[in-house]
Amino acid sequence: MGLFAFLKEKFSKKDKNEKTEKYEKGLAKSRQAFASRLDDLSKRYSSVNEEYFEELEQILIEADVGVSLTIKLVEQLLDKSEEEGIKDPVKINEELVDTMFVGYVENGGNITNEIQFREDGPTVLLVEGVNGVGKTTSIAKLAKRYMDKGKKVLLVAADTFRAGAVDQLKIWASRLGCPIITGKENGDPASVCYDGAKYAKENNIDLVIVDTAGRLQNKANLMQELGKMNRVISKEIPDAPHETFLIIDATTGQNGVSQAKSFKEVSNITGIVITKMDGTSKGGIILSIRDELGVPVRFIGLGEKMEDLEEFDLDEYLNGLLVGNGK
Amino acid sequence: MAFESLSEKFQGIFKKLKKEDKLTETNMASAIKEIRVALLEADVNFKVVKAFTEDVKAKALGQDVLTKVNPGEMLIKICHDELVELLGADNTDIKYEKGLTTIMLCGLQGAGKTTSAGKLANLMKNKLNKKVLLAGLDVYRPAAIEQLGVLAHQLGVDFFEMGTNSNPVNVAEEAKKKALSEGYDVLIMDTAGRLQIDEKLMNELKDINKVIHPTEVLLLVDAMAGQDAVNVASAFNNDLRLTGVIMSKLDGDAKGGAALSIKYMSGLPIKFAGVGEKLTDLDIFYPSRMADRILGMGDVVTFVEKAKEAIDEKTAEKEAKKMMDGNFTLDDLLRQMKMVQKMGSLQSIAKMIPGMPKITDEQTAQAEKEMKIFESVINSMTPYERKHPDCLKFSRKNRVAKGCGLTNAEVNRVIRKWEQSKEMMKQMKQYQKSGKMPGGYGRR
Ligand SMILES: Nc1nc2c(ncn2[C@@H]2O[C@H](COP(=O)(O)OP(=O)(O)OP(=O)(O)O)[C@@H](O)[C@H]2O)c(=O)[nH]1
Ligand SMILES: [Mg+2]
Repeated sequence: MGLFAFLKEKFSKKDKNEKTEKYEKGLAKSRQAFASRLDDLSKRYSSVNEEYFEELEQILIEADVGVSLTIKLVEQLLDKSEEEGIKDPVKINEELVDTMFVGYVENGGNITNEIQFREDGPTVLLVEGVNGVGKTTSIAKLAKRYMDKGKKVLLVAADTFRAGAVDQLKIWASRLGCPIITGKENGDPASVCYDGAKYAKENNIDLVIVDTAGRLQNKANLMQELGKMNRVISKEIPDAPHETFLIIDATTGQNGVSQAKSFKEVSNITGIVITKMDGTSKGGIILSIRDELGVPVRFIGLGEKMEDLEEFDLDEYLNGLLVGNGK
Repeated sequence: MAFESLSEKFQGIFKKLKKEDKLTETNMASAIKEIRVALLEADVNFKVVKAFTEDVKAKALGQDVLTKVNPGEMLIKICHDELVELLGADNTDIKYEKGLTTIMLCGLQGAGKTTSAGKLANLMKNKLNKKVLLAGLDVYRPAAIEQLGVLAHQLGVDFFEMGTNSNPVNVAEEAKKKALSEGYDVLIMDTAGRLQIDEKLMNELKDINKVIHPTEVLLLVDAMAGQDAVNVASAFNNDLRLTGVIMSKLDGDAKGGAALSIKYMSGLPIKFAGVGEKLTDLDIFYPSRMADRILGMGDVVTFVEKAKEAIDEKTAEKEAKKMMDGNFTLDDLLRQMKMVQKMGSLQSIAKMIPGMPKITDEQTAQAEKEMKIFESVINSMTPYERKHPDCLKFSRKNRVAKGCGLTNAEVNRVIRKWEQSKEMMKQMKQYQKSGKMPGGYGRR
């Protein structure tokens, strides 16, 4: 089943909603791009052969998609090519995008990017991830995004561990002009969360964003600390945190899956922000994460400034992934 | 994790294969494939994997297969050894100048530069007694200077900065001036994270390079880095002529294949490994540990190693020579004990040494039991502890005891035994020097 057919089937029962339109539009765009840009590869082949598939494999692996998902995708393609006698490289490439697109869409529910706000009372977003991936910067970007939409945002500096972390968030808060709750250095991050939740309730805050210290997912004690923060927050505000974003650095290799798995175990990850997409890494690991764990990407980081955040667009992403770096 | 089953899967494949005397293109084919997958899953760059496995294949072709192993296992061992050789480098030490040594740290955003600057300062001040100046050149990331300032304060190391409105090239110049005039031994410069494609910021580093001529320009590479790491490293290397790499976050569970990729492509030595968030968490880089980690087939490698050792008669002689060396470590002790086990019973050893009292069977059994205890105690020590058993004081001792599920007393016993053996070795050496060495040992 091709992508258009899939979308038709998937959405035919419902009214054509925003999402469908967005994807259809996106798709047309990426199809075009394929015809024109991608096919440096297909131009070199008049019909696909083993080597062609090997090159596709290389493109995917070099984008950090991972060996097992790559093999799975290429095998699906091979079957298709055999079954339907597709030999035209351009068609094969289209099939590949379709396969990836469908795989991504089918592999989990949520494909809404924006933060889902509660009807009343503060919505809480907890931000987690390993060290140095861009948590604090992404928080500044998200705060800006929703302040621009007229929301009252509060930042909570629950990274009490790393030197300078509180100062860093404070600087962002003052640039943004939003309130910030801080705690004692090396204090209990859960108690900063408590203070934040209390402040948010008393001051009509719409969105509370909690910055946490970077932690490697194999450190059991630090992971439990996240569990504790979650519990404290949920005691103060019903169902909080309502959103939990895991930050994944686009330069991350295969370890990304392990990160997502472990953070998912201690908290309810509702989305991923993939950062540093302005660099040369493709962040293909998010496809493996989606494939294995169903966690969707919600936003992408494209720089160090607070404007450098965009909604995740699957088409654009897949297209960029497959264009390869031409080396 | 996906890797855990890999070596099992691997052994499965080779059960099917017949043992042959030589490695050939055909009997290696599926092993090569598995090795490729293992390397790719460890984030070794695609092109490096391809080239590296070709190298290994070429090296292995025609080599004899040990009688006890199969071609696949043999190949993994060859691959492992090749990895160790590749990852190891001669110049992994920091080069210290007679006067001021200048070190510049650089890398992508979030790679761990600032923390590593603190760790290096700690190492140099507290272990090497050097007078260290830390300089904060990251004028971009909010609170980056504060972060380094806090670390400097914690360490009691002097800190130089000129605020966020300054030009990093200027800061570097001023810092060096200060370091020179005030007699510092080392100046460590922490620079802002940047993308290798950011021309403006790369030029800034080039300018610093030009005015400072750092003794060392070290690139920080995250152990979690994926396929692109090798491109990043070569770009930084082209622009700055790096002198080495520090790999950060190796305390995580990432395989760290980037280490191999970078070493393979650029030849840059990996000088240090970051193994935690504390300022003491900086380790030297262990090539063989890294090879195990990347290949994820440690048990196969050990197995082949054992098979090899068992038939390697020369090993015995080498060990004997090593024993004579007074400064032998717990590792050596363990290896010796294993050797002894392999050479047969303790009785036969005792027979080799004149003047040694006869050992009864009971004593032998007791000794063998003891061997097990020794092994588990030593195994739960870190490599550092094994090399420097003197450092095993209270908390470390407790940890080791806990790690192997034995008591402190038993840990003490191992250490005592080591002390005794060390003493004994020294005496033997004296004997040897005075020509009174019992026969059989120490022949050169
Ligand atoms: N180029 C680029 N740099 C980014 C992006 N997001 C964050 N950074 C940079 O990455 C570095 C680390 O970002 P932080 O936000 O401090 O990361 P963190 O996850 O909060 O770090 P810790 O709290 O230390 O674990 C900073 O230099 C940021 O400017 C991005 O999308 N693109
Ligand atoms: Mg942070």
